[in-house]
Amino acid sequence: MPFNRDQMAARLADDVPEGWCVNLGIGMPTMVANHVPPTREVIFQSENGVIGMGPAPKEGEEDPWLINAGKQLITLARGASFVGHADSFAMIRGGHIDLCVLGGFEVAENGDLANWATSENDTAPAVGGAMDLAAGAKRLWVIMEHTTKDGRPKIVERCGYPLTGLACVNRVYTNLAVLDVVEGKGFVVRDLAPGVTLEEVQAKTGATLHTQ
Amino acid sequence: MINKIVQSVADALAGVKDGSTVLIGGFGSVGQPDVLIEGLIEQGARDLTIVLNNAGSGRIGVAKLMDQGQVRKIVCSFPRSKDPVVFETLYREGKIELELVPQGTLAERIRAAGAGIPAFYTATAAGTLLARGKESREFEGKAYVMERALKADVALVEAWEADRWGNLVYRGSGGNFNPIMAMAAELTIAQAQHIRELGELHPHMIGTPGVYVNRVVQVDRGGDWLKPEQV
Repeated sequence: MPFNRDQMAARLADDVPEGWCVNLGIGMPTMVANHVPPTREVIFQSENGVIGMGPAPKEGEEDPWLINAGKQLITLARGASFVGHADSFAMIRGGHIDLCVLGGFEVAENGDLANWATSENDTAPAVGGAMDLAAGAKRLWVIMEHTTKDGRPKIVERCGYPLTGLACVNRVYTNLAVLDVVEGKGFVVRDLAPGVTLEEVQAKTGATLHTQ
Repeated sequence: MINKIVQSVADALAGVKDGSTVLIGGFGSVGQPDVLIEGLIEQGARDLTIVLNNAGSGRIGVAKLMDQGQVRKIVCSFPRSKDPVVFETLYREGKIELELVPQGTLAERIRAAGAGIPAFYTATAAGTLLARGKESREFEGKAYVMERALKADVALVEAWEADRWGNLVYRGSGGNFNPIMAMAAELTIAQAQHIRELGELHPHMIGTPGVYVNRVVQVDRGGDWLKPEQV
C-alpha cells in the first residue's frame, strides 16, 4: 500500500531528530509538524520571521498577527522569537537551518530541484523563499507524490522544468519510497512503502534506483 | 521638539511623485500598511514601481492600486495569492511589468540599500533562470550571483506602536519587511495603531529607531482582539 499524504508526512517526521531547526515549505511540508511528537523538541522556523512555531490555534484563540509562510494562523511554542525578514533570511541563507522540507515538481539524480515554475503555466511564476532555502539550508528533503497525476515520473535523470536550486536535494519522501540522493551515484533506496516492491518503484521512476 | 506625527493620511502621503519607487511592508496582510495604501490610491500618484512580497489579493489594497492603473512595475517574490485576479489580468495583458525576486534576495537588496551597500553576492538563484543576465562569481569553489541594492523614494510601513520621534514597535509576525523598508527609502511613512508618549516605548522593544522614519500617522484598525496584552 502506498503511503497517503499524512503517512508521507509522518514517515518524514520520524527522521527529524530533537534539536533541529526546521523550515517547512507551504503545502504538504507543513503537515510534517503535526507528526513530530510534542515531547521531541524541534524548532520550526517560518520565513516571515517566526522562530519556534507551535500548533494551529484553537478556535477563539487565534491571533491575526501570527501567521506562517502559507499565511495560516499559528501559535508560538514556548521559547519562540520574532525577527524581521532580513534576519530571517540571514538565518536561512547563512546555513543555520538544519533541515528544509519543500514540495517538488521534479528532483534529478544530481540533486537538482525544480519546484517553482512550469512552462505549462501561463500565469506569472512565484518563487517565494524556495531558492533561498534550496541554497542555504544545511539539508533539503523533498516531499512529493512519486509521479504526476497522469503518471509521469517526477524523479528523473535531469529536470525539465526551470530549476530552483542545483545539487541541493539530499532526500526524497514519496508515496512509494524514501530515496537518498548520493553524490556521484544518484538515487539510493532507503525505504519502501509497506507492500511496495523495488521493481514497481523503478517502473515509476525516470532514473536508475540503486540499493544500499 | 522633534514631532513626526501628522494629523491625516492625506498629510502622510503628501508629495509622493509620479514615477516613484514605493516599498510596501507586510507579508500577506500581516504588517501591511492598509490605510496608507488606500491613501496612496486617493493621493493618485501614477507610473509607480511598487516593491513588496505579494502582488495583492481580490480588489482591495495593492490590487486596487494596480487596478486603478497607478502601477507600472511590481517587484515581488510571490505574485500568487488566494485571489490574484487583478495582477494576473494586467500581467497577461502586458499592462504591468514583473520583476520576480527570491524572497531572501528581495529582503537583502532592501537591507543593502538601507545600509549603504550597492551590491552583494549570494548563492540564492545561482544557475537558475533568475540569475540570467546577472554577474556571477565563484568564491571558495561555489557559484554566487551579484545582486544590487534596491533603493526607493518612499516606504510605507505598518507598526503597532509609535512615538513622536518616529520610533516603531512591531507586533507578532508584523515586523517582516517593515524594518528594512523603513531604512531604504528617502521618505518613510508609518501607520501605527497606537501613539505613545516619548519614553513610554521600551528601548529594547523598538524595532525601527525613529531616525529612519519621516512621518507617522495614527490609524485605528479597530477590533477588540488587537489588544497589546495579547501580544
